[in-house]
Amino acid sequence: MRPVILALWIMALGVSSVYAQEHSGHEDHSESAPWSQADAYFDPAEMAAARAHVLHHNGDQAFGRVMLNRAEVQMSDDEEIGVWDGSAWYGDDINRLYLKTEGEYAFEEGAFEEAEAQLLWSHAVSPYFDLQAGARYDFEPEGRAHAVLGFQGLAPYWFEVDGALYLSDEGDLTADFEAEYELLLTQRLILQPRVELAMSAQDIPELETGAGFTNVQAGLRLRYEIRREFAPYVGWEYHSALGQTADYIEASGDETGQAYWVVGIRTWF
Amino acid sequence: MLNRRQFMYASAASGLLSGLGTLLPAWARSASDGNHGLHPHTETEFDLTVGTFPVRIDGRVGEATGVNGTLPAPLIRFREGDEITLNVKNTLDVDTSIHWHGLLVPFQMDGVPGVTFPGIRPGETFTYKYAVPQSGTYWYHSHSGLQEQEGHYGPIIIDPNGVDPVAYEREYVLVLSDWSFERAERIFAKLKKSSDTYNFQQRTLPDFLADARESGFGAAWSDRAMWGAMRMSPRDIADVTGSTYHFLINGHSTKDNWNGVFRKGERVRLRIINASAMTIFNVRLPDLPMTIVAADGLNVQPLEVDEFQMGVAETYDVIISPPEDRAYAFVAESIDRSGQAVATFGPQAGMRAEAPALRPVPTLTMKDMGMDHSAMGHSDITHEVRTESALTREKADHSKMNHSAHGMPGHDMGDMAASDGWPIEARPVKRGPGVTKVNMMPISRLDEPGLGLENVGHRVMRYSQLRSLDRNPDLRAPEREIEIHLTSNMERYMWSFDGVKFSEVKEPIIFHEGERLRVSLVNSTMMPHPIHLHGMFFDLVNGGGDYSPRKHTVIVKPAEKVSFDVSADHVGDWAFHCHLLYHMHAGMMQVVSVLPSDDAASMQDHKTMDHSKMNHSGMGHDMKMEGDQ
Repeated sequence: MRPVILALWIMALGVSSVYAQEHSGHEDHSESAPWSQADAYFDPAEMAAARAHVLHHNGDQAFGRVMLNRAEVQMSDDEEIGVWDGSAWYGDDINRLYLKTEGEYAFEEGAFEEAEAQLLWSHAVSPYFDLQAGARYDFEPEGRAHAVLGFQGLAPYWFEVDGALYLSDEGDLTADFEAEYELLLTQRLILQPRVELAMSAQDIPELETGAGFTNVQAGLRLRYEIRREFAPYVGWEYHSALGQTADYIEASGDETGQAYWVVGIRTWF
Repeated sequence: MLNRRQFMYASAASGLLSGLGTLLPAWARSASDGNHGLHPHTETEFDLTVGTFPVRIDGRVGEATGVNGTLPAPLIRFREGDEITLNVKNTLDVDTSIHWHGLLVPFQMDGVPGVTFPGIRPGETFTYKYAVPQSGTYWYHSHSGLQEQEGHYGPIIIDPNGVDPVAYEREYVLVLSDWSFERAERIFAKLKKSSDTYNFQQRTLPDFLADARESGFGAAWSDRAMWGAMRMSPRDIADVTGSTYHFLINGHSTKDNWNGVFRKGERVRLRIINASAMTIFNVRLPDLPMTIVAADGLNVQPLEVDEFQMGVAETYDVIISPPEDRAYAFVAESIDRSGQAVATFGPQAGMRAEAPALRPVPTLTMKDMGMDHSAMGHSDITHEVRTESALTREKADHSKMNHSAHGMPGHDMGDMAASDGWPIEARPVKRGPGVTKVNMMPISRLDEPGLGLENVGHRVMRYSQLRSLDRNPDLRAPEREIEIHLTSNMERYMWSFDGVKFSEVKEPIIFHEGERLRVSLVNSTMMPHPIHLHGMFFDLVNGGGDYSPRKHTVIVKPAEKVSFDVSADHVGDWAFHCHLLYHMHAGMMQVVSVLPSDDAASMQDHKTMDHSKMNHSGMGHDMKMEGDQ
């Protein structure tokens, strides 16, 4: 099975790079000016520069956004962990460079339990969906690199979804999927259900991961947008290991399911 | 004209403390600051300096970009046919420009950087020189970047050479605009990052419960499901709202209360200009009817209404005549009802009329999405408008037509031709991430008053009611029709024509000099777009026959198809765009190239026409075209 997935993977990357060549970068408008009647009255070189400028500034500008979707403390009877989930992008309407990072910090141990970062090229393939491809590096629990192929977008009924396949440098294939919804209680008070599901194509004993569905997280967060860009929230979240993964965790004497109270902020600029 | 330095340096500091009056040109001041109406005084030479300067709005100080240190910019008033000279000096550290909105200037004087001239560099002075064969109310603004949002706009009045058919005893200019203390680039960037940033009028869970109580859970649920399935919001009415905007009348917020005086029974002409960046306004004076006498600068047959919806960049002249000696409110309400600007007219200076409460936020319907099948009931109107052919226009007995104020002109056009009889050219819409839908079954909505004004209980202007006062100068039937889709993806904040952003345009829209053609605009988005064509008036196909209103900007409602006929008289490259500033900035723009008829290629299509009679030089931007067919 693994060679097949690898082959699909390489194909996908290939397709992506062709897209990139076709769509990235600014079109060169200078060689054949779409209109040039003003060249009869003004210096054609100045007109060409002004034309390139006006074209670029009416549809082809690049923007960037930094967002901390979740920066929170999760509290259960047993532990207190800090969780972050953020992203930054820069680019135009179609092509964007994405940096994503998430992780967990255990306050008691004073150590990162999980920490990862992804560098992705994101390409709009339809009105509501982007294809994303790139690399991920896990700093914790152990240094591991992955190739990433994923998607991100807005599904019908306003579900924000994203998912990705990860192929590690050990040859392990894993995947995750995430969906969020926003329920407006008022214009600023927003209830956000969120679910995240992780999967693995194979057993990875050293990571206490079993084949099949590995983990689920489901949560509800209530945020108040003091400004659109800044919203503190409280919430509740449940984490559970699934299937074989749960067995691994049980064997090591840990809880397979845990509920947390959550306090955090969501912010972007 | 105005002495810029006087305003910039002597008045600015003290003016910011003492009040708005001394900061503003005379025409924009309140009666309480000495403005008791305009004094018709025309000039032929104007010195305009573009720069940044402090302004005080709603009691807060901000920095504006504009002309001669005032917001709005000075009034430019001259006489029809006079050759005028405008020296525009740029003191900014970026390029600027001035576009003369609605003026039939030679295209190299039109002021669109990259299209008609290179722009005005920092430190440079550019001299515009032209004479125009028109009169009426117009305006001017920057066509560079987003300067227009930051204060770079002002009014133009051109006094007619002959007798003005509109009689009045007093006149005022009312420049409506939207001001934000956020920088315009910041506003645009926020829209790109999160397009509903400024929308604080979404439907909420309590709204759902209220709807469920009113119309049943099933109905409320399926309504939500329908919108949700499309990933569209029925409250997506204005991209930038009162949550950041301060709405202004002559630079005054409601709090600053611009006030004008009038006497009981007096005929007062209001020259109203929507100089907003993004705000379509509903304009009314509660308890006081308005008689519309001009639209987009040109005279129309008097039409008495109580309210009208005014697209960005449109101008309307109205006559009001107060029946009582009391204060009346002049209200410019944002289409999404997120805010308003209120001014006062009254017998004494300094009066403050009671501001009406904002009306409930309108909600879009499936009709706005182009999916209301009951709307097919209106297809008779669509059909009438579409089939108004040459034949009809020549044959129609116009004396039979009903030009009265309250008529339904769309319904008395007389006999219809069976088919349009001209070829329709439609570029295929480029599908992709920038286009969420293409409207295949557009309807005519010219006979509707505009979003939120359907049931206000008084007379609201509809485009179908407008009739030109003068017979249209060119009565030829169109030789061909171009269909253009207005397209978008609100989520990504992408706006375009035919799915092609301005940055992606490889070729302009070609008009051939001397030809008469129809342009049809199909709105495939959920928003009304005020579409503006530079350099030429077009005859709105609204059932008005030979008296169709001639405009430079027309609102195309959601799911609507609007057609106008235009004579390609003025050779040159002309900007063509949505006048919602951030839509244009996102790519909803094109260029119309009117190619000269001596261009061999262009001659192929109309060999039969004799263009030699037409005058294309200087003053030859002549509205009275000889019907050479």
